[in-house]
Amino acid sequence: MTASDIPLTTGQTDQGGEGMRFMGYTVYDALINWDLSSADKPSELIPGLATEWSVGEDELTWTFKIREGVKFHDGSDFTADAAVWNFDKLLDDTSEQYDPRQSAQGKSRIPAVAEYRALDPMTLEITTKVPDATLPYQLAWILMSSPAQWEALGKNWDAFAEDPSGTGPWIMDNFVPRERAELLPNAEYWDDTRIPQLDRMILIPLPEPNARSAALMSGQVDWIEAPAPDMIPALMGNGFSIVSNTMPHNWTWHLSRLEGSPWNDINVRKAANLAIDREGMSTLLGGLMVPAEGFLPPGSQWFGTPDFKVRYDLEAARALMEESGYGPDRHLAVKALISPSGSGQMLPLPMNEFIQQNLAEIWIDVEFEVVEWNTMINIWRAGAADESSQGSQSINFTYFIQDPFTGLIRHLSCDLIAPNGTNWGHYCDPEMEELIRQIRTTFDPAEQTEVLRRTHEKYVNDALFLMVTHDVAPRAMTASVKGFVQAQNWYQNFSSITME
Amino acid sequence: MSGYLLRRLIHVVPVALGVSLICFLLVHIAPGDPLVAVMPIDATAEQEAEMRAAYGFDKPLPVQFGIWLAHAVQGDLGRSIATGRAVAPEVTRAVGNTLLLAAAASIIGFPLGIFLGFMAGYLRDTVWDRAITATAIAGVSTPNYWLGMVLVILFSITWPLLPSMGAGPGGSSDWSWDWQHMRHLVLPAITLAVVPMGIVMRTTRALVSDILDQDFVQALQAKGMTRSGILRHVARNAAPTALSVIGLQLGYLLGGSILIETVFNWPGSGYLLSVAILQRDLPMLQGTILVLAMFFVTLNLLVDMGQSLIDPRISRA
Repeated sequence: MTASDIPLTTGQTDQGGEGMRFMGYTVYDALINWDLSSADKPSELIPGLATEWSVGEDELTWTFKIREGVKFHDGSDFTADAAVWNFDKLLDDTSEQYDPRQSAQGKSRIPAVAEYRALDPMTLEITTKVPDATLPYQLAWILMSSPAQWEALGKNWDAFAEDPSGTGPWIMDNFVPRERAELLPNAEYWDDTRIPQLDRMILIPLPEPNARSAALMSGQVDWIEAPAPDMIPALMGNGFSIVSNTMPHNWTWHLSRLEGSPWNDINVRKAANLAIDREGMSTLLGGLMVPAEGFLPPGSQWFGTPDFKVRYDLEAARALMEESGYGPDRHLAVKALISPSGSGQMLPLPMNEFIQQNLAEIWIDVEFEVVEWNTMINIWRAGAADESSQGSQSINFTYFIQDPFTGLIRHLSCDLIAPNGTNWGHYCDPEMEELIRQIRTTFDPAEQTEVLRRTHEKYVNDALFLMVTHDVAPRAMTASVKGFVQAQNWYQNFSSITME
Repeated sequence: MSGYLLRRLIHVVPVALGVSLICFLLVHIAPGDPLVAVMPIDATAEQEAEMRAAYGFDKPLPVQFGIWLAHAVQGDLGRSIATGRAVAPEVTRAVGNTLLLAAAASIIGFPLGIFLGFMAGYLRDTVWDRAITATAIAGVSTPNYWLGMVLVILFSITWPLLPSMGAGPGGSSDWSWDWQHMRHLVLPAITLAVVPMGIVMRTTRALVSDILDQDFVQALQAKGMTRSGILRHVARNAAPTALSVIGLQLGYLLGGSILIETVFNWPGSGYLLSVAILQRDLPMLQGTILVLAMFFVTLNLLVDMGQSLIDPRISRA
């Protein structure tokens, strides 16, 4: 793992996508899971601890059929009551199982949920605050811990962290904070296709890329994430496998749309997008990126067919800038907030310097404000109008864009303008607002996909971001590791792995 | 002597208080928000306020310091923001691992440094002296981060003889003095030992060389004392200064191992500090710095006491 500690083991993990990947979808399940079986297409939602779900005519009341015969690792049954208990653990601070740490991680993932109750042991009902067709995506964040285990351990989450119990394909056997977690296969797992093939999986936090690569090359570990880029040729030359795949990740400049921002001019936005030499950047990154063609990765089921083609075309870019009155004698100055490192930020300093050179070709002079990553998260939350943004009109931020809300809605919805949400740039547009309303109220999956495509087309046609690249999450492994299928997802399935 | 020791002990109190205050303030005046690492990236302002109150960050700084100090003197260093776990046991375990590494580095570095320094001083201006001095300068000048990586490439990757990471096959929790665990110590301990070895070597050389020029040595020689007898006198005269330098270097071994512990993924206090800094885990940062600072204070005290025992003139001064 690239994390510096084992993610929170109680159920609702910390450390973002990596936490969910290693300590979430391994030990636990959600009512609705992600299909991690294919490397060839974007992942979709599939039944997890709920086998089916539907929304009532009021478009607020959802009914979930709970999967029969699922047991937690401690032997107790998973029921609708257990699901209610888990929602209380996150949302009801008067319940005895309320856990502030898990709540901090899970509460904001299910903003639609208003009420929940068990209609019978195998039927769960969830009522949303307003009609919200993205609820299934929200529920894929919420992992189910065992009430019986929590009771047996003296109703103590610290004790539960050391001896957790979920319904997932892996059972945690041993846990040394900051050093290792050892997982055993759950031979009784309800999904036959995800019963682990290995005898044991050991997770080791190794945050330093060179240390990770050295550990792999010296035979101490068999599989690592994010090898040091400059060691990849050596790894490949020594018979190690490198796999990578498109993932729902976006490396962008989020643009300020406050009054006076130069990015309010669509010509400038389009010109900047046309000025980025993405092939050159790919060379810089050793090929470990997917050049952006839109806000979502090419191949996304929500990509659509935008009219504006995101590509490298310096001549067209200059023509657009000249149309807006800029040229060799009249440069445009923009200020951009960047960080030297950060989760998902790839190699932000050289990449931003590359962009700075590209934009200089079309008479855009970029001045950087370099801030530490955690500080930048605060600035991002505070929004472009906040004093902490220091008058910057751009912020280089990477995004988890796996579902409609995190992928599209949260960046541009009028009611999520910072500091009320994560619409840093204060963008608000009636047409986009209508599309967001339709996403939330279109309950037929195929029709909803169509709306999402139209939304993304608007993202691209209006060049709402500086769309640069997508990460490919490289993983390196010894030749003896077989069967790993890298899903186009932040989470992965480790059950299929075998060792020869 | 006892009066000196008492005075020295009393001096520790204001030093420890000052150190505590600096530990507390240093991490508070750093930019950024300590809660960022644990809040979901799109947390609401309401959630942020709840968390701030839960960790006591909404209180004035002097109140926070008072509460923190009152708990710290009782051995309670609070709970980590990043993990929710108690800080004291984690710091204790990490400091224990660092002490283990420092002990291994000391066993390698100090005797070798003293022996070679003594040799160079005694054989001054010979080819041996020049070779040893050059080695010492190289040791002091080599960035230990780089040296660690070179050792990993040579002895873990090119010739896979020793492990490159971790404290043992099962982590640090099952540490024992068997070869399986000791193997994990070798490379980080050698890397850590190089700088203090060079410094001790150079200091000892200078001391021995200086003492050999003094009148009492010539008087001893004139009286016909044997070579080994003279060396004993030289060693006794060099010891207080050498001990002081070793004390300072022990401090370096405890606190200066951040990069080495990161390269070798050694679960010690240096690694814990680096992670706490990255996560802006204030309680963990404060707890680790405080414990390490108290080690320095105690170490200085012990060195002073040791010096006064070896050379009674110090306690009379």
